[in-house]
Amino acid sequence: MLSFGLTILLDGVSYGMVLFIISVGLTITMGLMRLVNLSHGSFAMIGGYVAGYITQAGGNFYLALLIAMIIPAILGGLAEVTVFRPLYRKGELAQVLLTIGIVFVATASITEIFGAFPYPVVFPDYLTKPIDIGFRTYPAYRLFLIGVGGVVAIALWYLIENSLYGAKLRAAVDNPRMARTVGMNVNVLFTGTFMVGSALAGLGGAMGAGILSLEPSYALKYVVLFLVVVIVGGEGSFKGSFVAAMALGIIDTIGKYFFSQAAPYLLYVTVFVLLLWRPQGLMPAKSVA
Amino acid sequence: MMAAPSTDTAATTASPASRVLSLIGHALPWLIAIGFYFVAGGSLSIGTQIMIWILFAMSLDLVLGYAGIVTLGHAAFFGVGAYAAGLFSIHFMSDPILGHIFAVVVSGVLGVISGALILHTTGVTFLMLTLATVSIIYEYGNQARWLTGGDDGLQGMKVGPIFGTFEFNIFGQTAYVYALVVLFIWFLISWRLVKSPFGRSLDGIRQNPRRMRAIGTPVWWRLLAIYGIAAAMAGSAGALLAHSTRFVGLSSLSLLTSGIVTVMLILGGTRKLYGAFIGAAIYYLVQDSTAKFSPYFWEFIVGGMLIATVLFLEGGLMDLGRIGRRFLARFQRSDAP
Repeated sequence: MLSFGLTILLDGVSYGMVLFIISVGLTITMGLMRLVNLSHGSFAMIGGYVAGYITQAGGNFYLALLIAMIIPAILGGLAEVTVFRPLYRKGELAQVLLTIGIVFVATASITEIFGAFPYPVVFPDYLTKPIDIGFRTYPAYRLFLIGVGGVVAIALWYLIENSLYGAKLRAAVDNPRMARTVGMNVNVLFTGTFMVGSALAGLGGAMGAGILSLEPSYALKYVVLFLVVVIVGGEGSFKGSFVAAMALGIIDTIGKYFFSQAAPYLLYVTVFVLLLWRPQGLMPAKSVA
Repeated sequence: MMAAPSTDTAATTASPASRVLSLIGHALPWLIAIGFYFVAGGSLSIGTQIMIWILFAMSLDLVLGYAGIVTLGHAAFFGVGAYAAGLFSIHFMSDPILGHIFAVVVSGVLGVISGALILHTTGVTFLMLTLATVSIIYEYGNQARWLTGGDDGLQGMKVGPIFGTFEFNIFGQTAYVYALVVLFIWFLISWRLVKSPFGRSLDGIRQNPRRMRAIGTPVWWRLLAIYGIAAAMAGSAGALLAHSTRFVGLSSLSLLTSGIVTVMLILGGTRKLYGAFIGAAIYYLVQDSTAKFSPYFWEFIVGGMLIATVLFLEGGLMDLGRIGRRFLARFQRSDAP
């Protein structure tokens, strides 16, 4: 029974790590720039397809992950400068519409280039085998996800809490006008943050392809999950989105094991009730940290 | 049909020439719709589809355009209306009018209940709650195969003749007239609503809810009322879809459907009612004509149009005329010495 519980926990945490890596960029941009970005899933999807393309051609897996971060980062930076910047001052409706437009464009382009069928990322052999972890054997792939997710979380925490960049970021979130007044280049900060967020989304899309399978509808299908992580955690709250990602991963896993009939809507019902109970999210934060 | 514009106070105070122009403008979409009936031949069902989407987009205009409620869950009411009409015809009776009323009531009640639960929230939280609503209903529809047929869709609908005389035939003439009449009724209701003090108060709530509350408007109740009405209207569009195709697909409940209807409305222009007409028609034409090149190209074009609309054309295609006039005026000014 205990080992079964641990299995569910590991499944939930590894799933939650994927959700966290993809969503953390979104929580910062939504908290920092007040941008409702429904196109975030597209960057994850592009990262996944890039990694899939490289690994299917026989390329190195880690090189593929790196490129899966670089390409979404470049695209994200370009998108920020060209289409998102005029959006900051407009209302939510304009933001929702424009970013849905990007989702449509990304979905159509991916379908045109790669076809409408699921597209696998080829993981190295040692990741696809199960390994012995004491009380049972467990897929190495999921342990890898937990490891990478943990490293990303710690690195981000350090970056935001202890670096100059993090200090500037927190300052800009708290008061962008004041940050400009003391001479910070907030525009560059925004673009940089957007690129980091998109790169992480790409990494999550590529690494998590074994859980959130890649297909052209990815961008629209899973963006609800990513938004849920951000909103439930509290917009702009780094810790909140980590907790929310873990909680959602575990709840969804429990749902799949015990209530396989109700699993799909169990998640949304949870979110619905949670948001009615706490409209500002679990850990509402004015600042990123 | 021309009764509608004469109730417009703006039209009665304007000059005779512009009154005639506005009358023509109001009559035009309906004349096109009636004319299409006689010239369409085999493609009449496309016209029916367009009118269904016009009705759906118009219902969204009431909540999103006039009341400023940013929702992505409007497909829930469309799909529930379609399923309600379909299930009514399978389990109770085949009369389409009664089935239609049943669908309108069910989706209206659903709108009031879900609206009452979530309308006190605003912004992103509200948006997420509408997403959660439509996702819950979609997943339930997918799961409850015994009721909805799951992702195979609802099959085996029996649709009887309207008023016991007009059979739904293979050429879709009955379905076309049926859709046109329903659309016109809802248009009149909407027109009356948005020109009424109630509609004006919605306008105020969209612009400044706090001030409206301060001057004594029961903001929450007004929003709930329009949310319920728009839900009933979307359900009516869903019922039309179910009756005209005798089939309800799970996709009618999906988030993508919400996205598509929003695109139509925004393309056409919000807060004009007729924006829905232009948007839905253009969307259909674009989808139809680009589908020849590639089955996915339309999505690309629609996405591109959406981005361009937000960046350059805030009022939608209905705004093109005004922008053109402004451009012309600037051109003439710069011409003068």
